[in-house]
Parts: sequence; structure tokens; C-alpha cells
Amino acid sequence: MTEHPPPPPRPRRRLNLAWIGILPFAAFVALFLIAPTMKIVIGAFQRADGSFTLENIFGLFTPTILSSYWVSIKISLASSALGSLIGFLMAAAMVLGGLPRFIRSPLLTFSGVASNFAGVPLAFAFLATLGPLGLVTMWLRTEFGINLRAMGFNILSFWGLTITYIFFQIPLMILIITPALDGLKREWREAAQCLGASATQYWTQVALPILAPNILGTFALLFANAFGAVATAIALTGSSLNIVPIMLFAQIRGDVLGNPHLGYAMAFGMILVTALANVLYIVLRMRSERWLK
Amino acid sequence: MKRAAAWSILLVGMIYFILPLVGMVEFSLSMKRGIYSFEAYRVVFADPQFRQTFSYSVMMAVLTILFGVLLVVPTAFWVRLKLPGLRPYVEFVTLLPLVIPAIVVVFGYIRLYNTSSWLPMTGSVTGTNLLLLFGYSMLSLPYMYRAIDTGLRTIDVATLTEAAQSLGAGWFTILAKIIMPNVLVAVLSGAFVTFAIVMGEFTLAALLDRPAFGPYLQLMGANKAYEPFALSTIAFIITWACMGLIQLVTRLTKHDKAAR
Repeated sequence: MTEHPPPPPRPRRRLNLAWIGILPFAAFVALFLIAPTMKIVIGAFQRADGSFTLENIFGLFTPTILSSYWVSIKISLASSALGSLIGFLMAAAMVLGGLPRFIRSPLLTFSGVASNFAGVPLAFAFLATLGPLGLVTMWLRTEFGINLRAMGFNILSFWGLTITYIFFQIPLMILIITPALDGLKREWREAAQCLGASATQYWTQVALPILAPNILGTFALLFANAFGAVATAIALTGSSLNIVPIMLFAQIRGDVLGNPHLGYAMAFGMILVTALANVLYIVLRMRSERWLK
Repeated sequence: MKRAAAWSILLVGMIYFILPLVGMVEFSLSMKRGIYSFEAYRVVFADPQFRQTFSYSVMMAVLTILFGVLLVVPTAFWVRLKLPGLRPYVEFVTLLPLVIPAIVVVFGYIRLYNTSSWLPMTGSVTGTNLLLLFGYSMLSLPYMYRAIDTGLRTIDVATLTEAAQSLGAGWFTILAKIIMPNVLVAVLSGAFVTFAIVMGEFTLAALLDRPAFGPYLQLMGANKAYEPFALSTIAFIITWACMGLIQLVTRLTKHDKAAR
């Protein structure tokens, strides 16, 4: 007679309640980030009565709105191109230029400050410098007889805005690209030299190709950064320049387009542009990690 | 040669950065004709609207920091401890405010929480203030989360938690007495960034029509000659101070760690 041992007590399955811990966070993000954004995105494809439509998107193709996108894109391209270039040169000078080490820490700290010093105060800083009565404007006029105004320069213009935006673009580039420059291995340069490469060849055929995804990625990030900048533009130009953030601001304040859903479509276009730029940044960033670290 | 080129690049760059700051400060000091004076600052400090908007923004900044810490510290802790699989997703979500322009999100707020909606937050002053607080927390989320998550990485969360639990500590005690002191530096650097962001913020406050420092600054810029430059200088000093404090805090702890 064999007695079957009693079956072992089944381990009591504990309900996995760990997800409860992030409920507050999830609720916050859902209510104050995701839902408002979705409201705009969905609204871009709706009529006033809630039915689906593409009218709003087609409605964007009017000369005024198209030109606002075009000017915005031009300013963002110009300021991120210049910002990347100058930022890269400054970072390269700092990391590889044989300068004393004590330069580094203050420059990086300053970059942290300057990249955060955007918005309204930045606009005033540039008005005080390159505005009609600004420091540099007056100095050029009294000392050298150069009249910027007569030369067609105006702080409330495409170039004025671009020069102002560079102030937060360059530091951002410096902050992001410095680690990448640090990651350039000395062995690569030595190997290139052993093979008889000149400094130019090393840069064009080794260093820049390695850094390229990083530089382009940061360029995309700077582009999105400039495209979404509202406060600087408004404080600097009021409403005299027709760019997307200013138009959208006016639309939210007073429905200047005369159709709320056209406003949604405009905001949706803005998300689309910045999202594309950011996706580009992430993709290129992942590529760059292949070589650096 | 190379060093000379490097120096000149840096020099030209620094001139570009310093000139606008000099211009701003110079303008702020030249309210009295012919001499430098602090007249513009005196006028600004005497303006009751300045005091109101400035203290409003300071208060909002402090509340945003408190809310952010209460929201992010437990979340980051919990995700590291119990839900490590979710970490990339949570991290992605916290970076979204950098992707979606703030003006779009606040547009959504206005449409979603207006007086005729299910949650009419913009219907009352308290509700709008609360909405602005949540908006600011959303803006600072990327910085706050990154700072705190990096702080948590340097400590062994699981072991500390188990040790505390075996001594009978509850979740609140663990968070308040074990985790918080260990990530205090990270929390502080997140807090200072948040402070700088909130003090200078314009878009959210202007569109939600709250009397904050940013919109006041813009309004002054449209109406006054010298005061806006004094205000901008003040704003710059605040940003500078916040970044300086972050450096200071981080450096102090580095020494602390080296001594051990």
C-alpha cells in the first residue's frame, strides 16, 4: 500500500501590485502632458462638430501660414547651423587646442547658464546691444561711422532673431559635443599620423566622420529648440515678425485665424516639426555611440 | 600656431557672449542722463507690481519644486526597485516636454480644462494657479527626473530598502529617512534648475493669464525704457546664482565622497 503524500500546498500567488506605485506619476503625465497634446492632435483632424476632416490640415496651406512656417524653419536652420559651427569650434578649441585646463570648468559652467538664459531677458540683452540705441550700434556709429540701420540690419528681423538665438544655441552645442570630443581617442590620431596622414586628413577622414552623427544629431536638437522658442521672439519683435510661435500665441490669445481648429492644425504642425527633429537626434545619437564609448 | 587659433576662437566667442550682457547692464545703469546710477533698479524695486509678480513667481517656483520632489523621488525610487522593466519608458515620457513645445501643451490645457469642460480648472483663480503649477512641473520634469535618477544610480537602492525593512521601516520612513538624504544633492540640483526655469518662464504664465515675473518683464519691455534692462539683469543674476549653486553643491559632495 503506497500512500500518496499530500500534495504540497500551492504557493499562494501574490497579486503583483507594484504598478500601483507609479500611478500618481502616470496620472500626472496623462492629465498634464499626454491628454492636452492629444487634444490638440485630434482637434487638428476634427470639425467644430467633432467629425473627422482633413480640412484644417489643408487650411494650413495659405500664403500667410506657409510663410510663417518657412520663416520659422529658416531662422531655426540658420541659428542651429551657426550655433553648431561656432559651438563646435569653441569646444574643439577648449578640448584639443592645448589651452590650460582652468579654462574648461568656467566655460562649461557659463554654457550651463547661457543655455538656460533664454526667453524675455535674453531679448532685452540683445536690444541693449544691437537695438537702434544699443551699445554696439552706437559704438559702430560714433567710432567708425558705420550705420547698421542704413545697412539694412534690424534687430527685429530674420538676422536679428538668428543672432539672438545663437546665444542659447552655442552653449547647448558646447555642452553636448564636449564629451564627444573627449571621447576621441589619442590612438586614432597617432595611428593616422603613423600612416602619414596630415592634420587635415586626420580631421576629414577620421575625426569628423566619427563625430558626424553627434554633430548632426545636436544640430537637429538645436533646430527643435529654436523652432519652439516663443518668449524670446515675442519679447524681441512683438508681433512684427510672422513666425509660427508668434502666430500660434496670437491665435491662442484671440483666435486671429478665425477658426479654432485651424489653430489646432498649426500647433500640430509645430509638434510634427519638433518631433521629427528629435527623432533624428535620437537616431543619430544611437549611431554615434557605436564609436564613442 | 594651433594654440593661437584656439585662443582667438575662444576670445571671439566670449566677446559675442559678453557684449550683450555688458549692453544690458550698461543700459540698466544709465537711467540718469550722463552718469551711471542704480536709478532704474530703485524704480523697479519701488514698483508694487514688481514685488507682486516677483514674489508670485518665487512662490510658484518653490511649490513647483516641492510638488516635483514629491512626485519624482517616489516614482524614480519605485521604478528602480520594483519595475526596472519600465525604466526606459518612464525615462522616455519624462523627456517628452523637451520634444513637445510648451506653447502646444498650454494650448491643450486651455482647451481641455476650460470652464465648460469636465475639470474646469481655468474657471477659478486657485484652479488656474494649480494648472500653472502642474504646467511648470511638467516643464521641469526632464531635469528633475534626470537629476534624481542619476542620484539613485549611485546608491544601492535594493540593499538599503531591504536593510531598512528588516529593521521595521515602512515605505514613508524609507523614502524620507533613507532615500532622500542619499539623493539630496541630486534633488537640490534639480530644484535649482527648476527655480531658474520658473522664474524666467513666459509662455505658460502669459497664456494662462497669471501675474508672474516673465509676463511682467515683457509688459515692461513694451512700455518702459530702462526698467526692463534692470529686470533682465536681475533675471540673469538669478539664473547665474542657480547654476552656481548647482556647481557648489556637486563640488561639496565630491569632496565628501573622497574623504570616505
